Amino acid sequence: MSAPLPLVAILGNPNTGKTSLFNALSGNLGRVGNYPGVTVDRREALLRGGGARLLDVPGCYSLASRSAEEQIAVSSLLGLQGEERPSLVLIVADATQLPRTLYLAVQVRELGLPALIVLNMADELDGPPPDPAVIAAALDAPVVLVSARTGAGLDQLRTKLRAELARGARAPLALPWPASVQAAVAAVAPAVPAAWTRSEAERQGLAMWALLSIDENDELEGIPQELRTAVRAARAAPASGDLERDVIVTRYDRLDAVAAALGQAQTRRLWTERIDAVLLHPIAGSLVFLVVMGVVFQALFSGADPFVGLLEQAMGAVAAGLEGALPPSLLTDLLIEGLLGGVGNVLVFVPQIALLFLFIGVLEGSGYLARVALLMDRVMRSVGLHGRAFVPMLSGFACAVPAVMATRTMERKRDRLLTMMVVPLMTCSARLPVYTLIIGALFPPTEEAGWPVQGTLMVGMYAFSVLMALVSAAVLGRTVLRGPSVPFLIELPPYRWPQPRGVLRMVRLRAQTFVKDAGSVILVLSVLMWALLRFPERPLPEPTATPTENTAAEATLDAPLDGAGAQATQAASRAADLEYSAAGRLGKWIEPAIAPLGFDWRMGIGLIGAFAAREVFVSTMGLVYGIGEDVDEESLALRDRIRAERRPDGQPVYTPLAGMSLLVFFALAAQCMSTLAVVKRETGGYRWPAFLFTYMTALAWICSFIVYQGGRALGFAG
Amino acid sequence: MPATPALLDLDQAPNGAELLVEDILGERSFRRRLMELGLLPGTPISKAQVAPTGDPIELRVRGARLSIRRAEARLIQVRSATAQAAR
Repeated sequence: MSAPLPLVAILGNPNTGKTSLFNALSGNLGRVGNYPGVTVDRREALLRGGGARLLDVPGCYSLASRSAEEQIAVSSLLGLQGEERPSLVLIVADATQLPRTLYLAVQVRELGLPALIVLNMADELDGPPPDPAVIAAALDAPVVLVSARTGAGLDQLRTKLRAELARGARAPLALPWPASVQAAVAAVAPAVPAAWTRSEAERQGLAMWALLSIDENDELEGIPQELRTAVRAARAAPASGDLERDVIVTRYDRLDAVAAALGQAQTRRLWTERIDAVLLHPIAGSLVFLVVMGVVFQALFSGADPFVGLLEQAMGAVAAGLEGALPPSLLTDLLIEGLLGGVGNVLVFVPQIALLFLFIGVLEGSGYLARVALLMDRVMRSVGLHGRAFVPMLSGFACAVPAVMATRTMERKRDRLLTMMVVPLMTCSARLPVYTLIIGALFPPTEEAGWPVQGTLMVGMYAFSVLMALVSAAVLGRTVLRGPSVPFLIELPPYRWPQPRGVLRMVRLRAQTFVKDAGSVILVLSVLMWALLRFPERPLPEPTATPTENTAAEATLDAPLDGAGAQATQAASRAADLEYSAAGRLGKWIEPAIAPLGFDWRMGIGLIGAFAAREVFVSTMGLVYGIGEDVDEESLALRDRIRAERRPDGQPVYTPLAGMSLLVFFALAAQCMSTLAVVKRETGGYRWPAFLFTYMTALAWICSFIVYQGGRALGFAG
Repeated sequence: MPATPALLDLDQAPNGAELLVEDILGERSFRRRLMELGLLPGTPISKAQVAPTGDPIELRVRGARLSIRRAEARLIQVRSATAQAAR
């Protein structure tokens, strides 16, 4: 048995090309998991050419942290959360942004960790490159100049990396700390848990980390009370002065000395300035923004259709093949309708996920995503959302599943959660067939009404969803998800060409993790829904049984039939099957709860069926009314049937008011198991999907109740 | 004795003017974050309008362009660098 290969952590500021370097150094996607306790990707891959494993540490500006996400950097470097401790830290700095991007390197070297400094973006330098020897001497670590983009310097980097791994420990970097800092560190050091440290330098370094990170409203995890108390006492001591300033100034003194020795770096930032003059211009910039977002929206809305069509064809072919090869039995049904259908339910999201992350990859890689956040900050902030929530919210118009995944572009857990909780309220494309059916069946066309009632309603439903999403964000952000306000601070990186390889890797990674993690939940739920609609099976009618409408239809089944008659009979039989099934009984059982909204048990069955996906409402209603499941929202037969449906007292079931109530219910209810599955995956538990389901369903019920009962009180026919 | 240039909130400072950081107010984590990005006492910075609405604003420091809301820019205290040099 051979010892595992040494682990090399890749650390760096955001926008320094850290992930590009990870991609360039590793041959493949590697293993992807989550860091313990937080939904942040933990990517590990083999160094190309062997000899080490690489770990992509999330981008950060400092090891000091106030949230569990920011804490990942320090805990993965020191193996604090029971993780494997890296043998070497690769610190990626931007060669055009020295010495600022070397701040992390100082911190790592203070801890005494072996480090290799990589000056990336060498291709963006105009003048002579910075002298690596100057930096190497100041920070006591080897320095390599590379360009992850062009590949220049990567061979040298690999050589130095292996040499440094073989070399082992280096002495910690000693900075001339002021007496006040030394005293505070000495006071806190004994409270640093022994399990965290392997050397005195680490103990002191972590004491300093604690002094700068721990405060009254931090969101750090696993900090012992003893350490918190020690930090509070040390900071309160009158001699400690302004610790932040004293520590950070001491580090920057070292960096500024480096900068003075290096001289001014020459870079091409002119293009970025010129592009920003247009893209951030009040008029031109807004136009470009609308066009870019319009393209993203349109592509998400309809761009995935051809792929989904192909997918459905392929699944249909497989189903047909299986049906031909297997004898008709319950097991065959389970295999084809339950399992294969479930696989289809998972795969159908992949094209949209891929498209969305393709766009996000390009927007982020080019630097425009930071500008989007900036441009939208004012609007999003007014309801407590982050500027970066805009792209997920926009994607929510296509489908909540990829949109929920897109919340990962936000660093803070609270911002991600808040966005995830309101994105499912946006009018996704699965609601459209339902709206089309209801509006088409129950509201008059323009020729009859004299004004475009149907079109106005459709637009109204979009406006309603945006309004409800924003109101919900404002309310949830002030109640359930209240948290300390964190300053909006984003770096505007220079514009760059996105790297196709990196973008495609991200697309693959997202699609892969969706299928693997959310997919299993969706598959299980699909089979469950199938069983709910299928069992218990209606017993075959006995010849002596009193003939009812449905059993009469059943009885004629065996007789030779052809054409439309046979189809109608079969459809009627399936309607009876559905009524007999658990879903049918559930529909009846919930009738008292939905009657105040103007719904009957048949609609109840439709609502239950729609949990698989909203558009399934249409085919479920087709089944319920014995028209067959191959109906779509344009089906005239289904529309006529809906209009003709009468209550026992002869009044129509589907009045325009009941239709409005149903529209409102579909706009607000969490009628989508896949959304809940992906929220479970992104939040790492059942708590948030349970909350999402509860609050959306309650909101839907209340609003539908107000519409229906309010409408009746105003004299509309109920 | 010539007067020291007046202390300003970055929010009020004119766009494009050369400024020097004097101090950063506000919560500890906010101060720390800005200082770690290199906004230390005496560091030259400048401000620019970036969002069409004028909020957030952009600040330039040590070759980086950072976007920050007006409310938080109010916590960054600066002095004019040109007046300082003339003193």
